Amino acid sequence: MIRAVLYAVGLVPAAATFAMGLADRLGADPVNVFERTLGLWAIRFLILSLCVTPLRELAGINLLRYRRALGLLAFWYALFHVTVYVGLDQGFDGAVLLADITRRPFVILGMVAFLIVSVLAATSNAWSIRHLGRRWRAVHRMVYLAGLCAAVHFILSFKLLRVEPLLYAVVMAVLLLYRLLPGTVRRGRLAQR
Amino acid sequence: MSIFRYPRPPASEITPRSVWLSRRDLLATGLAGAIVPPGLMGSAPARAAPLTARSGGQSAEGLTPTPFQDVTHYNNFYEFGLEKTDPAERSGGFHPHPWTVRVDGLVAHPRTYDIDALLARPLQERLYRMRCVEAWSMVIPWIGFPLAELLKEVEPLGSAKYVAFESVVRPSEMPGQSGVLPVLEWPYVEGLRLDEALHPLTVLAVGLYGQTLPNQNGAPIRLVVPWKYGFKGAKSVVRIRLTDTRPATSWNLRAPDEYGFYANVNPEVDHPRWSQASERPIGARGGFFGAARKPTLPFNGYGEQVAALYAGMNLRRDF
Ligand code: HEM
Repeated sequence: MIRAVLYAVGLVPAAATFAMGLADRLGADPVNVFERTLGLWAIRFLILSLCVTPLRELAGINLLRYRRALGLLAFWYALFHVTVYVGLDQGFDGAVLLADITRRPFVILGMVAFLIVSVLAATSNAWSIRHLGRRWRAVHRMVYLAGLCAAVHFILSFKLLRVEPLLYAVVMAVLLLYRLLPGTVRRGRLAQR
Repeated sequence: MSIFRYPRPPASEITPRSVWLSRRDLLATGLAGAIVPPGLMGSAPARAAPLTARSGGQSAEGLTPTPFQDVTHYNNFYEFGLEKTDPAERSGGFHPHPWTVRVDGLVAHPRTYDIDALLARPLQERLYRMRCVEAWSMVIPWIGFPLAELLKEVEPLGSAKYVAFESVVRPSEMPGQSGVLPVLEWPYVEGLRLDEALHPLTVLAVGLYGQTLPNQNGAPIRLVVPWKYGFKGAKSVVRIRLTDTRPATSWNLRAPDEYGFYANVNPEVDHPRWSQASERPIGARGGFFGAARKPTLPFNGYGEQVAALYAGMNLRRDF
Protein backbone atom coordinates (compact mmCIF):
# COMPACT_ATOMS: atom_id res chain seq x y z
CA MET A 1 0.00 0.00 0.00
CA ILE A 2 2.65 2.49 1.05
CA ARG A 3 4.64 1.31 -1.94
CA ALA A 4 1.80 2.16 -4.30
CA VAL A 5 1.67 5.63 -2.75
CA LEU A 6 5.43 5.95 -3.16
CA TYR A 7 5.17 5.18 -6.88
CA ALA A 8 2.29 7.59 -7.27
CA VAL A 9 3.98 10.42 -5.40
CA GLY A 10 7.30 9.67 -7.04
CA LEU A 11 5.85 10.17 -10.48
CA VAL A 12 4.25 13.51 -9.61
CA PRO A 13 7.27 15.63 -10.67
CA ALA A 14 7.26 13.99 -14.10
CA ALA A 15 3.52 14.38 -14.55
CA ALA A 16 3.47 17.95 -13.25
CA THR A 17 6.36 19.03 -15.46
CA PHE A 18 4.81 17.31 -18.46
CA ALA A 19 1.48 19.07 -17.82
CA MET A 20 3.22 22.41 -17.51
CA GLY A 21 5.04 21.74 -20.74
CA LEU A 22 1.81 20.96 -22.54
CA ALA A 23 0.37 24.21 -21.19
CA ASP A 24 3.48 26.06 -22.38
CA ARG A 25 4.44 27.06 -18.87
CA LEU A 26 8.05 25.86 -18.81
CA GLY A 27 9.55 29.08 -20.10
CA ALA A 28 11.49 29.80 -23.23
CA ASP A 29 13.12 26.39 -23.67
CA PRO A 30 10.54 23.87 -22.45
CA VAL A 31 12.15 20.76 -23.89
CA ASN A 32 15.40 21.43 -22.11
CA VAL A 33 13.66 22.14 -18.80
CA PHE A 34 11.69 18.89 -19.05
CA GLU A 35 14.78 16.92 -20.04
CA ARG A 36 16.79 18.33 -17.14
CA THR A 37 14.01 17.94 -14.59
CA LEU A 38 13.70 14.26 -15.47
CA GLY A 39 17.46 13.72 -15.23
CA LEU A 40 17.53 15.45 -11.87
CA TRP A 41 14.81 13.22 -10.44
CA ALA A 42 16.52 10.14 -11.87
CA ILE A 43 19.68 10.90 -9.91
CA ARG A 44 17.66 11.85 -6.83
CA PHE A 45 15.91 8.49 -6.74
CA LEU A 46 19.18 6.73 -7.43
CA ILE A 47 20.67 8.46 -4.40
CA LEU A 48 17.64 7.68 -2.26
CA SER A 49 17.85 4.01 -3.16
CA LEU A 50 21.52 4.02 -2.16
CA CYS A 51 20.63 5.56 1.23
CA VAL A 52 18.59 2.56 2.32
CA THR A 53 21.49 0.36 3.42
CA PRO A 54 23.45 2.97 5.41
CA LEU A 55 20.26 4.15 7.07
CA ARG A 56 19.56 0.64 8.23
CA GLU A 57 23.08 -0.08 9.34
CA LEU A 58 23.91 3.23 10.96
CA ALA A 59 20.57 4.52 12.19
CA GLY A 60 18.58 1.35 12.46
CA ILE A 61 15.91 2.69 10.15
CA ASN A 62 14.66 -0.09 7.94
CA LEU A 63 13.32 1.02 4.58
CA LEU A 64 14.33 -2.13 2.73
CA ARG A 65 10.78 -2.70 1.58
CA TYR A 66 10.88 0.54 -0.40
CA ARG A 67 14.27 0.11 -1.97
CA ARG A 68 12.98 -1.58 -5.07
CA ALA A 69 10.40 1.15 -5.61
CA LEU A 70 13.06 3.84 -5.27
CA GLY A 71 15.33 2.03 -7.72
CA LEU A 72 12.51 1.55 -10.18
CA LEU A 73 11.57 5.22 -9.96
CA ALA A 74 15.18 6.07 -10.80
CA PHE A 75 14.88 3.76 -13.80
CA TRP A 76 11.59 5.28 -14.98
CA TYR A 77 12.95 8.80 -14.72
CA ALA A 78 16.11 7.80 -16.57
CA LEU A 79 13.92 6.22 -19.26
CA PHE A 80 11.78 9.38 -19.58
CA HIS A 81 14.94 11.51 -19.57
CA VAL A 82 16.52 9.51 -22.40
CA THR A 83 13.22 9.41 -24.30
CA VAL A 84 12.90 13.19 -24.15
CA TYR A 85 16.50 13.54 -25.26
CA VAL A 86 16.08 11.15 -28.18
CA GLY A 87 12.59 12.20 -29.21
CA LEU A 88 11.67 15.75 -28.23
CA ASP A 89 15.19 17.16 -28.17
CA GLN A 90 17.01 15.40 -31.00
CA GLY A 91 13.88 14.56 -33.00
CA PHE A 92 14.96 10.91 -33.45
CA ASP A 93 17.87 12.07 -35.61
CA GLY A 94 19.83 8.85 -35.89
CA ALA A 95 23.08 10.38 -37.15
CA VAL A 96 23.30 12.93 -34.35
CA LEU A 97 22.39 10.32 -31.77
CA LEU A 98 25.00 7.89 -33.02
CA ALA A 99 27.66 10.59 -32.98
CA ASP A 100 26.60 11.64 -29.48
CA ILE A 101 26.50 8.16 -28.07
CA THR A 102 29.79 7.04 -29.55
CA ARG A 103 31.90 10.15 -29.21
CA ARG A 104 30.87 12.24 -26.26
CA PRO A 105 32.00 11.10 -22.80
CA PHE A 106 29.18 13.14 -21.27
CA VAL A 107 26.56 11.14 -23.14
CA ILE A 108 28.45 7.85 -22.86
CA LEU A 109 28.47 8.16 -19.08
CA GLY A 110 24.73 8.80 -19.10
CA MET A 111 24.26 5.81 -21.37
CA VAL A 112 26.28 3.49 -19.14
CA ALA A 113 24.23 4.62 -16.14
CA PHE A 114 21.02 4.10 -18.06
CA LEU A 115 21.96 0.64 -19.34
CA ILE A 116 22.83 -0.44 -15.82
CA VAL A 117 19.63 0.82 -14.22
CA SER A 118 17.72 -0.86 -17.05
CA VAL A 119 19.33 -4.20 -16.30
CA LEU A 120 18.65 -3.71 -12.62
CA ALA A 121 15.03 -2.81 -13.27
CA ALA A 122 14.60 -5.85 -15.50
CA THR A 123 16.03 -8.13 -12.80
CA SER A 124 14.27 -6.56 -9.85
CA ASN A 125 11.45 -9.09 -9.77
CA ALA A 126 11.12 -12.08 -7.48
CA TRP A 127 11.62 -14.47 -10.35
CA SER A 128 15.05 -13.01 -11.19
CA ILE A 129 16.09 -12.97 -7.58
CA ARG A 130 15.26 -16.67 -7.28
CA HIS A 131 16.86 -17.70 -10.55
CA LEU A 132 19.98 -15.60 -10.32
CA GLY A 133 20.64 -16.69 -6.75
CA ARG A 134 24.02 -15.47 -5.56
CA ARG A 135 24.70 -13.76 -8.86
CA TRP A 136 21.78 -11.39 -8.27
CA ARG A 137 23.74 -9.49 -5.63
CA ALA A 138 26.77 -9.29 -7.91
CA VAL A 139 24.60 -7.93 -10.73
CA HIS A 140 22.97 -5.37 -8.50
CA ARG A 141 26.30 -4.10 -7.23
CA MET A 142 26.59 -2.46 -10.65
CA VAL A 143 24.37 0.25 -9.21
CA TYR A 144 27.52 1.75 -7.70
CA LEU A 145 29.00 2.22 -11.15
CA ALA A 146 25.70 3.69 -12.33
CA GLY A 147 25.78 6.19 -9.47
CA LEU A 148 29.33 7.20 -10.27
CA CYS A 149 28.58 7.66 -13.98
CA ALA A 150 25.40 9.61 -13.28
CA ALA A 151 27.18 11.99 -10.90
CA VAL A 152 29.95 12.75 -13.40
CA HIS A 153 27.37 13.05 -16.19
CA PHE A 154 25.54 15.65 -14.09
CA ILE A 155 28.74 17.65 -13.53
CA LEU A 156 29.57 17.56 -17.24
CA SER A 157 26.10 18.70 -18.30
CA PHE A 158 27.04 22.33 -17.59
CA LYS A 159 29.59 24.58 -19.25
CA LEU A 160 31.19 25.33 -15.90
CA LEU A 161 31.64 23.67 -12.54
CA ARG A 162 28.46 24.35 -10.60
CA VAL A 163 27.56 23.99 -6.96
CA GLU A 164 24.48 21.79 -7.40
CA PRO A 165 26.03 18.89 -9.33
CA LEU A 166 29.05 19.02 -7.02
CA LEU A 167 26.80 18.63 -3.98
CA TYR A 168 25.11 15.63 -5.60
CA ALA A 169 28.54 14.20 -6.43
CA VAL A 170 29.70 14.59 -2.84
CA VAL A 171 26.58 12.82 -1.53
CA MET A 172 27.06 10.10 -4.12
CA ALA A 173 30.74 9.73 -3.21
CA VAL A 174 29.92 9.40 0.49
CA LEU A 175 27.31 6.74 -0.26
CA LEU A 176 29.71 4.79 -2.48
CA LEU A 177 32.71 5.09 -0.14
CA TYR A 178 30.53 3.85 2.69
CA ARG A 179 30.32 0.52 0.86
CA LEU A 180 34.08 0.18 1.16
CA LEU A 181 34.04 0.35 4.95
CA PRO A 182 34.81 -2.93 6.76
CA GLY A 183 31.76 -4.89 7.83
CA THR A 184 32.53 -4.46 11.54
CA VAL A 185 32.18 -0.69 11.27
CA ARG A 186 29.13 -0.87 9.09
CA ARG A 187 27.15 -3.34 11.08
CA GLY A 188 27.97 -1.85 14.46
CA ARG A 189 24.48 -0.63 14.99
CA LEU A 190 22.80 -3.79 13.81
CA ALA A 191 25.05 -5.97 15.98
CA GLN A 192 24.08 -4.06 19.09
CA ARG A 193 20.52 -5.14 18.75
CA MET B 1 14.22 42.47 -49.62
CA SER B 2 11.84 42.62 -46.71
CA ILE B 3 12.62 44.62 -43.62
CA PHE B 4 11.35 43.51 -40.25
CA ARG B 5 8.99 45.90 -38.50
CA TYR B 6 8.62 45.40 -34.80
CA PRO B 7 5.52 46.77 -33.13
CA ARG B 8 6.31 50.37 -32.30
CA PRO B 9 4.47 52.57 -29.86
CA PRO B 10 2.62 55.36 -31.65
CA ALA B 11 4.75 58.45 -32.18
CA SER B 12 2.73 60.38 -29.62
CA GLU B 13 3.91 57.99 -26.90
CA ILE B 14 7.56 58.21 -27.76
CA THR B 15 9.48 60.44 -25.41
CA PRO B 16 12.03 62.57 -27.21
CA ARG B 17 15.51 61.42 -26.29
CA SER B 18 16.44 64.77 -24.74
CA VAL B 19 13.51 64.43 -22.37
CA TRP B 20 14.28 60.91 -21.20
CA LEU B 21 17.92 61.71 -20.81
CA SER B 22 17.07 64.55 -18.46
CA ARG B 23 14.54 62.33 -16.74
CA ARG B 24 17.34 59.88 -16.06
CA ASP B 25 19.36 62.64 -14.47
CA LEU B 26 16.38 63.46 -12.32
CA LEU B 27 16.11 59.84 -11.28
CA ALA B 28 19.73 59.91 -10.35
CA THR B 29 19.33 62.94 -8.15
CA GLY B 30 16.36 61.45 -6.37
CA LEU B 31 14.17 64.41 -7.21
CA ALA B 32 12.22 62.28 -9.57
CA GLY B 33 9.78 60.98 -7.01
CA ALA B 34 8.43 64.45 -6.53
CA ILE B 35 8.12 65.26 -10.20
CA VAL B 36 7.53 62.14 -12.23
CA PRO B 37 4.34 60.23 -11.47
CA PRO B 38 5.27 56.89 -9.86
CA GLY B 39 3.83 54.93 -12.76
CA LEU B 40 6.37 56.45 -15.08
CA MET B 41 9.33 55.61 -12.94
CA GLY B 42 9.00 51.91 -12.41
CA SER B 43 11.97 49.69 -11.55
CA ALA B 44 15.25 49.61 -13.40
CA PRO B 45 14.18 47.64 -16.48
CA ALA B 46 11.32 50.04 -17.03
CA ARG B 47 13.83 52.82 -17.59
CA ALA B 48 14.22 51.62 -21.15
CA ALA B 49 13.72 54.50 -23.50
CA PRO B 50 12.55 54.34 -27.07
CA LEU B 51 15.19 54.56 -29.77
CA THR B 52 14.65 55.49 -33.36
CA ALA B 53 16.61 53.74 -36.04
CA ARG B 54 16.55 53.37 -39.75
CA SER B 55 16.75 49.98 -41.34
CA GLY B 56 20.23 48.55 -41.48
CA GLY B 57 19.54 47.27 -44.96
CA GLN B 58 19.82 43.68 -43.81
CA SER B 59 17.53 41.25 -45.50
CA ALA B 60 15.06 39.91 -42.97
CA GLU B 61 13.74 37.24 -45.31
CA GLY B 62 12.10 34.45 -43.39
CA LEU B 63 13.22 35.66 -39.96
CA THR B 64 10.62 35.87 -37.23
CA PRO B 65 11.87 37.72 -34.19
CA THR B 66 11.95 35.84 -30.90
CA PRO B 67 9.36 37.34 -28.54
CA PHE B 68 10.61 40.32 -26.49
CA GLN B 69 9.83 38.45 -23.28
CA ASP B 70 12.22 35.61 -24.18
CA VAL B 71 14.93 37.87 -25.59
CA THR B 72 14.96 39.66 -22.24
CA HIS B 73 14.35 36.75 -19.84
CA TYR B 74 16.43 33.90 -21.23
CA ASN B 75 19.99 35.17 -21.06
CA ASN B 76 23.52 34.04 -20.45
CA PHE B 77 25.20 36.91 -18.64
CA TYR B 78 27.30 35.25 -15.96
CA GLU B 79 28.10 38.56 -14.28
CA PHE B 80 24.57 38.30 -12.90
CA GLY B 81 24.45 34.54 -12.25
CA LEU B 82 24.52 31.20 -14.02
CA GLU B 83 20.82 30.59 -14.54
CA LYS B 84 19.10 31.84 -17.67
CA THR B 85 16.66 33.76 -15.50
CA ASP B 86 19.32 35.38 -13.31
CA PRO B 87 20.21 38.31 -15.58
CA ALA B 88 16.61 39.54 -15.71
CA GLU B 89 16.02 38.92 -12.00
CA ARG B 90 19.32 40.16 -10.61
CA SER B 91 20.29 43.11 -12.80
CA GLY B 92 17.89 45.63 -11.27
CA GLY B 93 20.67 47.31 -9.30
CA PHE B 94 22.93 47.82 -12.29
CA HIS B 95 23.52 51.41 -13.44
CA PRO B 96 24.20 51.69 -17.17
CA HIS B 97 24.18 55.48 -17.01
CA PRO B 98 26.41 57.49 -16.87
CA TRP B 99 28.80 55.40 -18.97
CA THR B 100 31.85 55.88 -21.12
CA VAL B 101 33.65 53.64 -23.57
CA ARG B 102 37.39 54.10 -23.94
CA VAL B 103 38.80 53.29 -27.39
CA ASP B 104 42.60 53.17 -27.41
CA GLY B 105 45.65 51.01 -28.05
CA LEU B 106 47.24 51.09 -31.47
CA VAL B 107 45.23 54.02 -32.81
CA ALA B 108 46.12 57.51 -33.95
CA HIS B 109 43.41 59.23 -31.88
CA PRO B 110 42.47 57.44 -28.67
CA ARG B 111 39.07 58.64 -27.47
CA THR B 112 36.59 58.26 -24.68
CA TYR B 113 33.01 58.15 -25.89
CA ASP B 114 30.10 59.13 -23.71
CA ILE B 115 27.12 56.82 -24.01
CA ASP B 116 24.77 59.74 -24.63
CA ALA B 117 26.85 60.79 -27.61
CA LEU B 118 26.78 57.23 -28.93
CA LEU B 119 23.00 57.07 -28.50
CA ALA B 120 22.68 60.32 -30.42
CA ARG B 121 24.36 58.89 -33.51
CA PRO B 122 22.31 57.76 -36.48
CA LEU B 123 21.27 54.27 -35.44
CA GLN B 124 20.36 51.28 -37.54
CA GLU B 125 18.16 48.31 -36.91
CA ARG B 126 19.64 44.88 -37.58
CA LEU B 127 17.45 41.80 -37.36
CA TYR B 128 20.04 39.12 -36.66
CA ARG B 129 20.08 35.44 -35.90
CA MET B 130 21.79 34.71 -32.58
CA ARG B 131 23.25 31.24 -32.10
CA CYS B 132 24.41 30.30 -28.62
CA VAL B 133 27.25 27.82 -28.23
CA GLU B 134 24.80 25.81 -26.09
CA ALA B 135 22.86 24.94 -29.27
CA TRP B 136 19.88 27.24 -28.92
CA SER B 137 19.06 30.23 -31.05
CA MET B 138 17.05 33.42 -31.26
CA VAL B 139 16.29 36.16 -33.76
CA ILE B 140 16.83 39.63 -32.29
CA PRO B 141 16.03 43.10 -33.66
CA TRP B 142 19.13 44.95 -32.47
CA ILE B 143 19.62 48.68 -32.72
CA GLY B 144 23.12 50.03 -33.02
CA PHE B 145 25.82 51.14 -35.41
CA PRO B 146 28.69 49.39 -37.18
CA LEU B 147 31.79 49.03 -34.99
CA ALA B 148 33.74 50.09 -38.07
CA GLU B 149 32.40 53.65 -37.63
CA LEU B 150 34.11 54.04 -34.27
CA LEU B 151 37.26 52.32 -35.37
CA LYS B 152 37.61 54.61 -38.37
CA GLU B 153 37.22 57.65 -36.14
CA VAL B 154 40.13 56.62 -33.93
CA GLU B 155 42.21 55.56 -36.96
CA PRO B 156 43.87 52.22 -36.27
CA LEU B 157 47.62 52.24 -36.85
CA GLY B 158 49.11 49.99 -39.49
CA SER B 159 50.42 47.74 -36.74
CA ALA B 160 46.92 47.07 -35.32
CA LYS B 161 45.83 43.50 -36.07
CA TYR B 162 43.24 42.72 -33.40
CA VAL B 163 40.53 44.41 -31.38
CA ALA B 164 40.11 43.56 -27.70
CA PHE B 165 36.87 44.19 -25.81
CA GLU B 166 36.53 44.54 -22.08
CA SER B 167 33.31 44.39 -20.07
CA VAL B 168 32.61 46.21 -16.84
CA VAL B 169 33.59 44.91 -13.39
CA ARG B 170 31.18 45.94 -10.63
CA PRO B 171 30.81 43.22 -8.03
CA SER B 172 28.51 45.46 -6.00
CA GLU B 173 26.02 45.67 -8.85
CA MET B 174 26.73 42.32 -10.53
CA PRO B 175 26.12 39.51 -8.04
CA GLY B 176 27.66 36.88 -10.33
CA GLN B 177 31.07 38.51 -10.03
CA SER B 178 31.42 37.52 -6.39
CA GLY B 179 30.37 33.87 -6.32
CA VAL B 180 32.01 31.00 -4.43
CA LEU B 181 33.06 28.77 -7.31
CA PRO B 182 35.34 30.11 -9.99
CA VAL B 183 33.18 31.11 -12.92
CA LEU B 184 35.20 33.20 -15.35
CA GLU B 185 37.93 35.72 -14.78
CA TRP B 186 36.60 39.26 -14.55
CA PRO B 187 36.54 41.44 -16.50
CA TYR B 188 34.97 39.41 -19.27
CA VAL B 189 37.21 39.87 -22.27
CA GLU B 190 36.63 39.14 -25.93
CA GLY B 191 38.43 39.81 -29.17
CA LEU B 192 38.18 39.94 -32.93
CA ARG B 193 40.63 40.12 -35.77
CA LEU B 194 40.69 43.67 -37.13
CA ASP B 195 39.09 42.64 -40.43
CA GLU B 196 36.28 40.90 -38.54
CA ALA B 197 35.79 43.99 -36.39
CA LEU B 198 35.63 46.20 -39.49
CA HIS B 199 33.11 43.96 -41.24
CA PRO B 200 29.84 45.80 -41.87
CA LEU B 201 27.83 43.08 -40.11
CA THR B 202 29.70 43.67 -36.83
CA VAL B 203 27.79 46.17 -34.72
CA LEU B 204 27.84 47.82 -31.34
CA ALA B 205 24.27 47.50 -30.12
CA VAL B 206 22.73 50.09 -27.82
CA GLY B 207 19.17 48.83 -28.06
CA LEU B 208 16.77 46.10 -29.12
CA TYR B 209 13.11 45.98 -30.01
CA GLY B 210 13.03 49.72 -30.49
CA GLN B 211 14.33 50.67 -27.06
CA THR B 212 17.58 51.06 -25.15
CA LEU B 213 19.25 47.81 -24.09
CA PRO B 214 17.78 46.25 -20.96
CA ASN B 215 20.43 45.62 -18.29
CA GLN B 216 20.19 41.86 -18.78
CA ASN B 217 21.09 42.17 -22.46
CA GLY B 218 24.34 44.04 -21.88
CA ALA B 219 23.34 47.65 -21.22
CA PRO B 220 24.23 50.19 -22.22
CA ILE B 221 26.39 48.96 -25.11
CA ARG B 222 27.47 45.56 -26.34
CA LEU B 223 29.12 43.83 -29.24
CA VAL B 224 27.08 41.80 -31.73
CA VAL B 225 28.84 39.53 -34.24
CA PRO B 226 26.04 37.52 -35.81
CA TRP B 227 28.12 34.82 -37.50
CA LYS B 228 29.85 33.84 -34.26
CA TYR B 229 28.60 32.07 -31.14
CA GLY B 230 26.86 34.39 -28.73
CA PHE B 231 29.66 34.44 -26.17
CA LYS B 232 31.77 36.55 -28.57
CA GLY B 233 29.34 39.39 -27.98
CA ALA B 234 30.92 41.15 -25.00
CA LYS B 235 28.27 42.95 -22.96
CA SER B 236 28.40 46.24 -21.02
CA VAL B 237 31.61 47.19 -22.83
CA VAL B 238 33.86 49.79 -21.19
CA ARG B 239 36.99 49.50 -23.27
CA ILE B 240 37.94 48.69 -26.85
CA ARG B 241 41.64 48.31 -27.46
CA LEU B 242 43.51 47.76 -30.70
CA THR B 243 46.47 45.42 -30.43
CA ASP B 244 49.08 43.69 -32.55
CA THR B 245 48.78 40.38 -30.70
CA ARG B 246 45.77 38.13 -30.38
CA PRO B 247 43.91 39.17 -27.23
CA ALA B 248 42.92 36.67 -24.57
CA THR B 249 39.23 35.76 -24.56
CA SER B 250 37.29 34.67 -21.48
CA TRP B 251 35.82 31.33 -22.51
CA ASN B 252 38.99 30.33 -24.27
CA LEU B 253 40.92 30.98 -21.05
CA ARG B 254 38.45 28.82 -19.13
CA ALA B 255 38.37 25.85 -21.53
CA PRO B 256 40.66 26.20 -24.56
CA ASP B 257 39.66 22.84 -26.03
CA GLU B 258 35.97 23.78 -25.98
CA TYR B 259 35.92 27.45 -26.99
CA GLY B 260 38.23 28.78 -29.66
CA PHE B 261 39.23 32.34 -30.45
CA TYR B 262 37.24 32.44 -33.67
CA ALA B 263 34.09 30.72 -32.45
CA ASN B 264 32.47 30.96 -35.86
CA VAL B 265 29.14 29.15 -35.93
CA ASN B 266 29.97 25.85 -37.59
CA PRO B 267 27.61 22.87 -37.70
CA GLU B 268 30.53 20.62 -38.61
CA VAL B 269 32.74 21.33 -35.64
CA ASP B 270 31.08 19.95 -32.54
CA HIS B 271 31.55 21.11 -29.02
CA PRO B 272 33.33 18.22 -27.26
CA ARG B 273 30.22 17.63 -25.16
CA TRP B 274 27.42 18.24 -27.63
CA SER B 275 26.70 18.43 -31.33
CA GLN B 276 26.55 21.80 -33.07
CA ALA B 277 24.74 20.38 -36.10
CA SER B 278 21.35 21.68 -35.03
CA GLU B 279 19.76 24.16 -32.65
CA ARG B 280 16.62 24.63 -30.56
CA PRO B 281 14.86 27.87 -31.47
CA ILE B 282 13.89 29.68 -28.28
CA GLY B 283 10.45 31.03 -27.63
CA ALA B 284 8.59 29.37 -30.46
CA ARG B 285 5.81 28.84 -27.93
CA GLY B 286 3.41 25.95 -28.09
CA GLY B 287 5.19 23.99 -25.36
CA PHE B 288 7.05 20.81 -26.21
CA PHE B 289 6.08 20.63 -29.83
CA GLY B 290 6.33 24.31 -30.69
CA ALA B 291 9.93 24.35 -31.72
CA ALA B 292 11.42 21.50 -33.65
CA ARG B 293 15.19 21.54 -33.82
CA LYS B 294 16.45 23.07 -37.00
CA PRO B 295 19.75 22.63 -38.76
CA THR B 296 22.48 25.11 -37.86
CA LEU B 297 23.85 27.05 -40.83
CA PRO B 298 27.56 27.60 -41.50
CA PHE B 299 28.51 31.06 -40.21
CA ASN B 300 24.99 31.15 -38.80
CA GLY B 301 23.63 31.86 -42.27
CA TYR B 302 25.96 34.78 -42.98
CA GLY B 303 28.47 32.78 -45.00
CA GLU B 304 27.84 34.72 -48.18
CA GLN B 305 28.99 37.90 -46.44
CA VAL B 306 31.80 36.60 -44.22
CA ALA B 307 33.19 33.30 -45.51
CA ALA B 308 35.83 35.19 -47.51
CA LEU B 309 37.39 36.42 -44.25
CA TYR B 310 38.49 32.87 -43.58
CA ALA B 311 39.59 31.78 -47.04
CA GLY B 312 42.33 29.19 -46.85
CA MET B 313 41.95 28.65 -43.10
CA ASN B 314 41.37 25.27 -41.51
CA LEU B 315 38.21 26.00 -39.54
CA ARG B 316 38.44 22.71 -37.68
CA ARG B 317 41.73 23.72 -36.17
CA ASP B 318 40.89 27.42 -35.84
CA PHE B 319 37.48 26.87 -34.33
C1 HEM C 1 20.67 6.84 -15.12
C2 HEM C 1 20.91 7.58 -16.15
C3 HEM C 1 20.95 9.09 -16.17
C4 HEM C 1 20.87 9.98 -15.13
C5 HEM C 1 20.70 9.72 -13.64
C6 HEM C 1 20.98 11.30 -15.72
C7 HEM C 1 20.95 12.47 -14.98
C8 HEM C 1 21.07 13.72 -15.52
C9 HEM C 1 21.06 14.94 -14.75
C10 HEM C 1 20.94 15.01 -13.24
C11 HEM C 1 21.18 15.98 -15.63
C12 HEM C 1 21.22 17.47 -15.30
C13 HEM C 1 19.88 17.91 -14.85
C14 HEM C 1 19.86 19.33 -14.39
O1 HEM C 1 20.36 20.20 -15.11
O2 HEM C 1 19.34 19.62 -13.31
C15 HEM C 1 21.27 15.42 -16.95
C16 HEM C 1 21.39 16.17 -18.11
C17 HEM C 1 21.42 15.61 -19.37
N1 HEM C 1 21.37 14.27 -19.68
FE1 HEM C 1 21.25 12.75 -18.38
N2 HEM C 1 21.11 11.19 -17.07
C18 HEM C 1 21.10 9.85 -17.38
C19 HEM C 1 21.19 9.30 -18.64
C20 HEM C 1 21.30 10.02 -19.81
C21 HEM C 1 21.41 9.46 -21.12
C22 HEM C 1 21.43 7.99 -21.43
C23 HEM C 1 21.48 10.50 -21.99
C24 HEM C 1 21.60 10.51 -23.49
C25 HEM C 1 21.60 9.48 -24.27
C26 HEM C 1 21.40 11.71 -21.24
C27 HEM C 1 21.43 12.98 -21.77
C28 HEM C 1 21.43 14.14 -21.05
C29 HEM C 1 21.53 15.45 -21.64
C30 HEM C 1 21.65 15.75 -23.12
C31 HEM C 1 21.52 16.37 -20.58
C32 HEM C 1 21.68 17.88 -20.67
C33 HEM C 1 20.55 18.54 -21.28
C34 HEM C 1 21.01 19.85 -21.85
O3 HEM C 1 21.42 19.88 -23.00
O4 HEM C 1 20.94 20.85 -21.16
N3 HEM C 1 21.31 11.39 -19.91
N4 HEM C 1 21.19 14.05 -16.86
